[in-house]
This record gives sequence, structure tokens and C-alpha cells, in this order.
Amino acid sequence: MNITVRLFATFRFGRFASATRQYPPQTRISEIIRELQIPDTEISMIMLNGRHADPEQCLCEGDSIALFPVVAGG
Amino acid sequence: MAELGQYLVELAQDGLITWTEQLAAAERFDCTLAEVEEAALVQGILPARYQRNRQAISSAQQLALFKGRVAVVGCGGLGGYAIEELARLGVGTIVAIDPDVFEEHNLNRQLLSSPYRLGQAKVDAAAARVAEINPAVALVPVDAAYAPERAELFFRNVNVVVDALDSVATRLALADSCENLGIPLVHGAIGGWFGQIVTQFPGDGTIRQLYGRWVAGKGLEQRLGNPSFTPALVASIQVAEVCKILLGTGKVLRHRKLSINLLDMEFEEIVLDRQDAAVGQ
Repeated sequence: MNITVRLFATFRFGRFASATRQYPPQTRISEIIRELQIPDTEISMIMLNGRHADPEQCLCEGDSIALFPVVAGG
Repeated sequence: MAELGQYLVELAQDGLITWTEQLAAAERFDCTLAEVEEAALVQGILPARYQRNRQAISSAQQLALFKGRVAVVGCGGLGGYAIEELARLGVGTIVAIDPDVFEEHNLNRQLLSSPYRLGQAKVDAAAARVAEINPAVALVPVDAAYAPERAELFFRNVNVVVDALDSVATRLALADSCENLGIPLVHGAIGGWFGQIVTQFPGDGTIRQLYGRWVAGKGLEQRLGNPSFTPALVASIQVAEVCKILLGTGKVLRHRKLSINLLDMEFEEIVLDRQDAAVGQ
């Protein structure tokens, strides 16, 4: 199935800004995070089709996920 | 004070009163520059220092800003610029909260820092700066760390709070305090080339959504640091939000995060669905 993955800020370093990629059916968000080698502790917010999502959610054809790192400096 | 108002009406030219005339009025009526400014604005007279606000901000709106009381929590990168801009805008009272002194690693970005001020309390530098650039503005220095149990004391009569902190845990505590006290909060955070801004009104719960998956520690700023331009930009957007809240005008960043990427030069709005208000609680 096709999943669009959007990465924000430092998550793009050495990866990509946005890409539509092929994954097997029933892939979970956490599996994509692992594949991209993004440490869980660096993630501030996960969105699935514009709504907050849990990493254990399974994806469907055409879904779009967005991963945001923690930004907290002042 | 009616006499002062009448005196200012007679002096005003084209609806403006000069700085020299304000000083003379304060001396003649034995009152503060803040009292002179308020008396002028009540008469629809604009202190000449605000003449370039005119068109964007009317005299009546300038009076609303003068009556505003804004707390800036954190007086480092974001806070320094926010205080400078709020004071120049003419917000009447600024409560500046920070327990720290200036250190050398602040000099690359913190507006109120200078080699001369190393070791000085950030809130004292803020008070000195505001006294220098706009003496009609009262800066209330609070040389203490933000703590929820002191929120009621810190934020008494405060209309808007600016989140210029540098720790997620403290930001979440501040967001909760503002929710409980019914005060709008303008959140700004930076790291390297990146930044984010959200305006939270009581009941929105949006700051907790931003950090919904945060567990512990700092953000990407720990690795990337913060260059000079990121805090200047993000703080400026925060002050624009404060200005609109005080004036009850325009459209604020409510239920949407402005995500800024200065490396790729992208400004993106991320909608935070109202149905997700409980996320991160």
C-alpha cells in the first residue's frame, strides 16, 4: 500500500521531507518509525491524516503520516 | 488629572504630543510618565513615539495596549526580543520572570545580553532596557523560577502570558496554570533553524498536544543550539499574537501550529483538530 510520510525539522536530515512509499498491508506507524531509525524519545507529535495518532495504529492505503521532533528551546 | 488632560489637549498638534512635552507635563503635574501617557491617550492624543503605529493601531487601541498587562516567562532568547517589542509597542505593564543571570553563551542571540551585563540578572537587564527605551512602560522584574504554586501571584491581573521558556516540563506546567487561571498563552519554541508558535486559550489544551509524545529531556535545540535569527523571528510572531489578543482583533494561531523551517524556508500551518483537545492530558 502507498503511505505518504512527512518529516519535519531535523527528522529530514539524511532522510527526506516528504515521500510516498510502499509498505505491506497492516503496517503500523511504529514500524515506519523504526525503519527510518528515528528514536522514539525524539518524537513530540505524530499525526495521521491530520489527527493525533498513536504509534501502534495500523495504516491503510493512501494514509499520510507526519512526524514532528521535540522543539523546546527559548 | 482632568487638568493634566486639558493641558495636553492644548499642547497637542495634529493629535500628537512630543516626548519633551510629556516630560514637561510630568514635572508640572508632579506625576509619572505613565500617567501622562494614559491622560493623553484618554483624550485621544497619541504620544509622538507611537505615531508610526498609527494606521495599524488607532489611539483608542493604543490606550487598550497601555492598559494591558503581559507576563513574559523566560527572559532569554525569545523573552528578550518579546520584552523589547512589547515595550516599544506600548504595552503598559510587562511582568518579566526569570531566575537566571547572563552567561557568555547567551551573547550570540539574547537581545538583552552584552559583555557588560555578564553575571547580571536577566530581569534586571530587562528593567534597565525598558526604562531606557520606553519609560512610560512599567516592567515588573520577578527574579524567580516559574512555579505553578506561584502562578496566581505572578499572573494577577495579567491579560496574556508569553511562553518563552526552555524546558518542556515547565512549559507544560505553565500551560496548565494558564488553563486553570483562564489566561490566554502564546507559546513559542525554537531549536536551530526551526521554531513553532501556538496560541492557547483556556480549554484548548493545545500545548499538551504539541508535546503529546514527550517523555523527558530537551528537544533538538540541545544538539543544534540557537542562532540569532530564530528567536528574533519567533518572538516577533508571539508579540503580534499578544497584540491581537489585547486588541481583540485579527485571527490568532488558535488550534493551529505555525511550524517554521528556516533551513528550507518553509512556513507551514499544522491544524490541531479541536476534537483532539484531550490528547496529551
